[in-house]
Amino acid sequence: MTHGMSKTTTAVIAGLLVLSLGASACGKKKAKSAASSTSSAATSAATSAAASSGSSAAAAGGDDFCAQMKTFGDIKGKKISVYTSILAPEDKPYIDSYKPFEDCTGAKVTYEGSKEFETQVIVREKAGNPPDLALFPQPGLLKTAVDLGKVKEAPAEVAANMDKYYDPAWKTYGTVNGKFYAAPNEANVKSFVWYSPKVFKAKNYAIPQTFDELIALSDKIVADDPKGKPWCAGFGSGVATGWPGTDWLEDIMLRTAGPETYDKWVAHTIPFNDPAVATALAKVGTILKNDKYVNGGLGDHKSIATTTFNAGGVPIVTGGCYMHRQASFYGNQFPKGTKIGENDDVYAFYFPPIDPAKGKPVLGAGTFVGAFADRPEVKAFQTYLTTPTWINAKAKATPNGGFVTAHKGLDIANIASPVDKLSEQILLDPKAVFRFDGSDLMPSAVGSGSEWKAMTDWITGKSDKDTLDFIENSWPK
Amino acid sequence: MSLTEKFLQMFAAIALFAAVFGGVVLLAGRSSGRKAEKIQAAAFLGPAIILLTVGLVYPALRTIWESFRDANSKKYVGFDNYHSIVSSPELRLVLRNTALWVVLVPLFATAIGLLYAVLVDRAKAEALAKSLIFLPMAISFVGASIIWSFVYDFRPEGRSQIGLANQLIVATGGKPYQFILSNFNTLFLIVVLVWIQAGFAMTILSAALKGIPDDVIEAARLDGVNWRQMFRHITLPSLRPALVVVLTTIAIGTLKIFDIVKTMTGGNFKTSVIANEFYQQSFVANNGGLGSALAVVLFVLVVPIIIYNVRNLRKAEHR
Repeated sequence: MTHGMSKTTTAVIAGLLVLSLGASACGKKKAKSAASSTSSAATSAATSAAASSGSSAAAAGGDDFCAQMKTFGDIKGKKISVYTSILAPEDKPYIDSYKPFEDCTGAKVTYEGSKEFETQVIVREKAGNPPDLALFPQPGLLKTAVDLGKVKEAPAEVAANMDKYYDPAWKTYGTVNGKFYAAPNEANVKSFVWYSPKVFKAKNYAIPQTFDELIALSDKIVADDPKGKPWCAGFGSGVATGWPGTDWLEDIMLRTAGPETYDKWVAHTIPFNDPAVATALAKVGTILKNDKYVNGGLGDHKSIATTTFNAGGVPIVTGGCYMHRQASFYGNQFPKGTKIGENDDVYAFYFPPIDPAKGKPVLGAGTFVGAFADRPEVKAFQTYLTTPTWINAKAKATPNGGFVTAHKGLDIANIASPVDKLSEQILLDPKAVFRFDGSDLMPSAVGSGSEWKAMTDWITGKSDKDTLDFIENSWPK
Repeated sequence: MSLTEKFLQMFAAIALFAAVFGGVVLLAGRSSGRKAEKIQAAAFLGPAIILLTVGLVYPALRTIWESFRDANSKKYVGFDNYHSIVSSPELRLVLRNTALWVVLVPLFATAIGLLYAVLVDRAKAEALAKSLIFLPMAISFVGASIIWSFVYDFRPEGRSQIGLANQLIVATGGKPYQFILSNFNTLFLIVVLVWIQAGFAMTILSAALKGIPDDVIEAARLDGVNWRQMFRHITLPSLRPALVVVLTTIAIGTLKIFDIVKTMTGGNFKTSVIANEFYQQSFVANNGGLGSALAVVLFVLVVPIIIYNVRNLRKAEHR
């Protein structure tokens, strides 16, 4: 072996080492599981339904979206990238619902879903490589992105559609520091209790209309069924473990303290550990920390922390519990073959009010379309997503359920799943007092940080006071 | 991006790498004479130094800089981030957990590896026995964590257990135990890494064991040592360099442990460690300042171990 040869060999090895170092660095990126507020819409059969829906919806709604799209100029062949947290197969309804836009303008929408959306969208923005449009699952995350300075304000056409089709409150969720950035993409209703109509009928249980009736029913179940538990719950969700607990707290808080106090709490004009919040948390504890009530066949109340949110309500079908408070999108978590409907295997009833004087509170959430670019084709597509054409195309493209919207241009007949229909009725009910998920609105250090962690600690034994004090101390100063 | 595009990119990257590499070799081979050695050194080291600067030195400096700034690295905050690491009870717990990991994992993994290596040395079916304990090394950390999550799975009393550990407890008449929620949960997670790393320790130590010259052992035998004296005065001193490498390598790996905690508990239930908290703060809570400070703490903790390791290697070379 010559001198030169051995040097070359060494260098080859060095080169390979550099390569493998790069590879292992990529491997370090860890997956964050199940995002919190993504609505899950399992679908397989939506293929062609949406493609044809564009023209028919336009005709039905009298919404000449295509003419409006032309006002953005010739955008044929242009590309728009959309970045979301929704992965296959749930991405299909989205991609299908974009077809009328593509057919009309000739532009192409590239859809990219990532399980790491919540972290990666910020990383990409910081790195100068953001997508054109991002579907933010939380207004708090949108605010984080806006504060970094690269999010564009919503075009005038989007603002006009907002005023035309949405309740003014929805515009405020997409507004940061007085500027309107993001229109809602879709919504969900969280004030639901899932139950089995068949079981309720067999046992002769009535749907509770007040909170007292709900507790009375829980006690009756405890007396009737020594093996089962009235409630089941699951807080587990990877990095986001604890979020179902924040929903419980918000839903009860809306009912015990009322919407005005709730708003102050979310805006932090009253501290997180205010007595009103303590009252609400104590009330949550009377159900979730009550070992007589939980946790349907999965263990004592601490097992809520280790049960995933996906598995939390399944005992309703498989036996073990009777009620599970979870959002409209939970329907897809039940085992295959479970029929959802008013007289079927599972269905949901509205989580009843505690104090009738405080109205009919509804907790909900949604995703928002934020833009990192203001090219004409991006503006056009952003506008398209606020038209009745898209709303109805999306509803039709989601035959298995999981699409809810607060858009007034929706033809409710296009909504397929019975729970989505129920959600729409509640959302559009003038008597309902709608409030947005508080943890989604709070700064991400709290809303997707300390509050999740604190609720997880709370269910495994931390006291009410320590829990609320911990969250209050974590609020960014 | 479609699969073909991805492959095209990959081939382009490989071609580029080959071109650059070929250029470097060509350049180094052309030079001759007195300066040749320097040029050759520069040609070979240059790319590595550039890559290290871009990929390692710059990010490290940038992380240190960010650790003195606020969540969005907009404002200088002095040592506030470091102060919150030592003052907040939650983060102090993270430090305590990391200390537990870093002390227990190298200790147990090495002890078990050493014991096993000595026991199976020159035994019948040595290769089979060794590959059995080495197998966990082949499983990724996330895979191992998922396996152990099932082992620790809990079902209440009276229901059929699906977790191995609880099934054993129930079969011997005990009550099912909530491993992941117990006060000792960090220890149960540590078991997972010991399970993985013992094989690594065993392999290195077994090789070192075989390296002990036979005449030394024979001489000791002739002097009439018993097995304890043999282990204490012959085996252990001969294994010392290998032991140091094994202990420090496992310790460094353990300081950076992330996968197991993230997969099994997500850092909940008081099990978080520095690397997990660093990820959580940087990318979930979007507190870049605190996240960077945690990364710097991790870096500072790893440095002395690396220095010790390098010194030992040098010493071994000089001998």
